[in-house]
Amino acid sequence: MKVLVTVKEVAEVEDDFEIADLDVDPRYLEYDLNEWDEYAVEAAVRLAEASDEDVEVVSATIGPERSEETVRMALAKGVDRAVRIWDDDVEAAEFLDVASKVRLLEAVVAEEDPDIVLTGVQANDTGFGATGVALADAVGFEWGAVVNHLDTEGVLEDGVAHVHRELEGGIDEITEIDLPAVLTIQTGINEPRYASLRGIRQAQSKEIARKTLSDLGLDHSAVAGELFLTDMYEPEAESDATYFDGDAGEQAAQLATALREKGVGAE
Amino acid sequence: MTSDVLAVAEHRRGDVRDVSYELVTAGRELAEETGGDLHVAVISGQVEEFATRVNREGVDVVHTVDHGEEFNHDVYVQAVCALADELDPQYVLTPNSVNGLDYAPAVANRLALPLVTDAVGIEYDGGLTVTREMYGSKVETTVEVDAERTVVTVRPGEWMVTEADGDAEVTPFEFEVDESAVNSTVTGFEEVAGGDVDIADAEVLVSVGRGIEEEENIELVERLADALGATLSSSRPIVDNGWLPKNRQVGQSGKVVTPEVYIAIGISGAVQHVAGMKGSETIVAINNDSNAPIFDIADYGVVGDLFDVVPALTEEFE
Repeated sequence: MKVLVTVKEVAEVEDDFEIADLDVDPRYLEYDLNEWDEYAVEAAVRLAEASDEDVEVVSATIGPERSEETVRMALAKGVDRAVRIWDDDVEAAEFLDVASKVRLLEAVVAEEDPDIVLTGVQANDTGFGATGVALADAVGFEWGAVVNHLDTEGVLEDGVAHVHRELEGGIDEITEIDLPAVLTIQTGINEPRYASLRGIRQAQSKEIARKTLSDLGLDHSAVAGELFLTDMYEPEAESDATYFDGDAGEQAAQLATALREKGVGAE
Repeated sequence: MTSDVLAVAEHRRGDVRDVSYELVTAGRELAEETGGDLHVAVISGQVEEFATRVNREGVDVVHTVDHGEEFNHDVYVQAVCALADELDPQYVLTPNSVNGLDYAPAVANRLALPLVTDAVGIEYDGGLTVTREMYGSKVETTVEVDAERTVVTVRPGEWMVTEADGDAEVTPFEFEVDESAVNSTVTGFEEVAGGDVDIADAEVLVSVGRGIEEEENIELVERLADALGATLSSSRPIVDNGWLPKNRQVGQSGKVVTPEVYIAIGISGAVQHVAGMKGSETIVAINNDSNAPIFDIADYGVVGDLFDVVPALTEEFE
């Protein structure tokens, strides 16, 4: 049996930054595993561990060579092997919209034929939050978005996932989803493990298969999206807050005065 | 293709959710630009009653699909796609809610339409331009769509609610749900934010976020809360890490709170968090990032290291 988990390397922006052309100046970007995917990787590995059968966990990444460092972290945490999609056409794509990503991942699903696919709810750079569900519909899988509880026992054997979907306002929806399915995984669903030294060592010898569009039976039209980023800017600060200056002690003293005026701490 | 807009209302456990009335506003504004009609779809639940409620200013037709009680994405995808086939609208709008994101991407895929999610602004001048955030609200972007038709999901809380009554025609939309394609079943709901403390009752909340860095540092803010006679709450990452229980979480997926004083410590102010506390009487923000969006809604701001400021503030009250 097989679990496919999507892994994205995302750019995180430092507190102070500049925008150059249509993106944040790379000098202010740091790359890391997408936070949601960290939980999806953990859920994928746990699904495999919970099964009596032989389960392979495969990760799929759309990303340049740089992202292999991030992929290795997933391999170190228990993913068995990885697929990384990239070539000149993907690199040249102006904006990888949801439909483009789905075309690439759809080809990976066709090749790997997994029983279940886990993705993060969203990526914290572009934040579309849609790839998992769109992928499910494209490959004819069932799905569940924003899963914050997954009973890993028996999912693969029974072909049903018992999940909670995290609705707004502290309400979970309890849902049964027939496999094959795509689940989009919410942060906090589990406690992602740290990679062990042994895991990190083993990860070095695990396979990261690089796939070009033509390897997947696609061409450049697969990444020709209909969405175009035309502007990026810092939102105007709308703050009309009263700021307290000085060193920490002075700031605290001024804030304490303001809080007392509001009746805080008066007993 | 018509120049119409189809907006899909949202309800849960017998109530129409506010985002539906915001969607009416967004849909009406867009339909005024395209010159088309605004259609609203009400799917599942007490559809006639819901139709009366979403019949607000600017809505031309309400279509009801009477099938099942609660949201089921398989039913929604089928119903929205069937309505889109029938009405041939230029734009389909859905809430960018947890349920919206459980069907809108599938609708877009099935109709082979581009999808733009989490819109905070929508403009039309012969083509569609959507404003949306990136990098965790640090930047805003404009996205142009090079297609005649598009599915857009609309961020809750960004458009005004339409209050005024409308005079829409309400019409049942008849179509056969393909039950063999319904492979998910909602079996119930669970309130997860219960427990010993109800942060929604607190008059003063000391709320801690990612900036606290380590679990053992939580004690710092606990001491402050004690000194102030306040209740401790938190943003999502603290609960995700298991450092505080779920019933302490403020935000979209946690509790909505409106205390007299809300002190946000090491909380950047992501939109999901702000949705849960922006109604607080007085908001204090302590954060080392002067650009943090939390300062946009704060009444008092301290730009500084919380590990210096919080102990100093605690001392002031001990």
